[in-house]
Amino acid sequence: MKENWGWLKSGLILGLVFLIAVIAVKPIGVSTQYVIADAAILKVANDKLINKTVEGDKKTYSSNNAYLNKSGGKYAKAADNPFSTYGFIFVLAMILGGFISSKLGSNKLDDKEKSIPKVWRNSMGDSINKRRLYSFIGGVFILFGARLAGGCTSGHMMSGMMQTSISGYIFAAAVFLMAIPVSLIIYKKSGE
Amino acid sequence: MNSIILALIIGGLFGFVLHRVGASNPQKIIGMLRLTDFHLAKVILFAIGISSLVLFTLMYFGVISNEHLSIKSSHWGVAVGGLIFGLGFAIAGYCPGTGLCALGEGRKDAKWFIFGGLVGAFLFMLIFSYILDTSILNELFGGNTTLANTDKEGAIAFVDNISGVFVAGIIAIVFMLLAFILPTKKNT
Repeated sequence: MKENWGWLKSGLILGLVFLIAVIAVKPIGVSTQYVIADAAILKVANDKLINKTVEGDKKTYSSNNAYLNKSGGKYAKAADNPFSTYGFIFVLAMILGGFISSKLGSNKLDDKEKSIPKVWRNSMGDSINKRRLYSFIGGVFILFGARLAGGCTSGHMMSGMMQTSISGYIFAAAVFLMAIPVSLIIYKKSGE
Repeated sequence: MNSIILALIIGGLFGFVLHRVGASNPQKIIGMLRLTDFHLAKVILFAIGISSLVLFTLMYFGVISNEHLSIKSSHWGVAVGGLIFGLGFAIAGYCPGTGLCALGEGRKDAKWFIFGGLVGAFLFMLIFSYILDTSILNELFGGNTTLANTDKEGAIAFVDNISGVFVAGIIAIVFMLLAFILPTKKNT
């Protein structure tokens, strides 16, 4: 199988994956799981973070954190045992999918590219620590923004616009409105 | 089918495909954002178009129930969050999903991105109660609003007097045409 798919094949198959997800279960979303992972880690240090009350067969979840407590404690519930939830297993499987695809393919990333993408290196330099720091800061902005927006590229842009959701259009417009000018400025020296 | 098995299959497939289409490569994302390499823009436009067209067609014929849809609410947080997201997107060249796929691919900077992501989500957890005190999460356009009519309970359609498949179909065709029209690389 050819490793780098052309845009048409890529778009067709990517579209099918989003469609299969809706038909089989629900629209794809990723960014919520960062919250679930945080809560699952934090509950080890703070046993008051997730409260479970059992009444007969019915378990109800709550949290002293307002975000985990929202929508009837659904995040608190997921974080209580993330490995039993569809959403968390889904994102872990994504890591595995990326791994399998890269192993089956013939294009091997060299060590330099694994640490710093070329376009980034050409403008920002060779420092691995600098790339780590910027990746980290980028991650902070992205997940904070995604949680404020209520979704990310998968949930808002792809799944959202597929359903013709207004929120998907607002999100996509805002993301590119910021990301394009910033990229034009910070990668100015990268050439073609 | 067991939901965990479905999660493994669909999540695995999604990660596999994100890698194959080039989305886990920050080079491709940044190329799109600096308007030099439109490969991913074409992929995204076509994927949204084709999936939307098939989805609304299948709903029209009753093959899929609209209960499978999940329409997210519109509020100022979507716009402000999108701007903050866009800043990180430009700096890192990853998004929440492609970063995970890139980790599986063996990219070392993806680890730092995910670590940052966990911190960003944590910061949001900390300030959420303060956000609730503001009006930023107040609904816009009626909240769970779509352009095409989905007939879903609790959802509002912008165009509710024309069949959803027609409205979504036109949008989908425009998206797919845009995907064809855009050049793959910037003309120099």
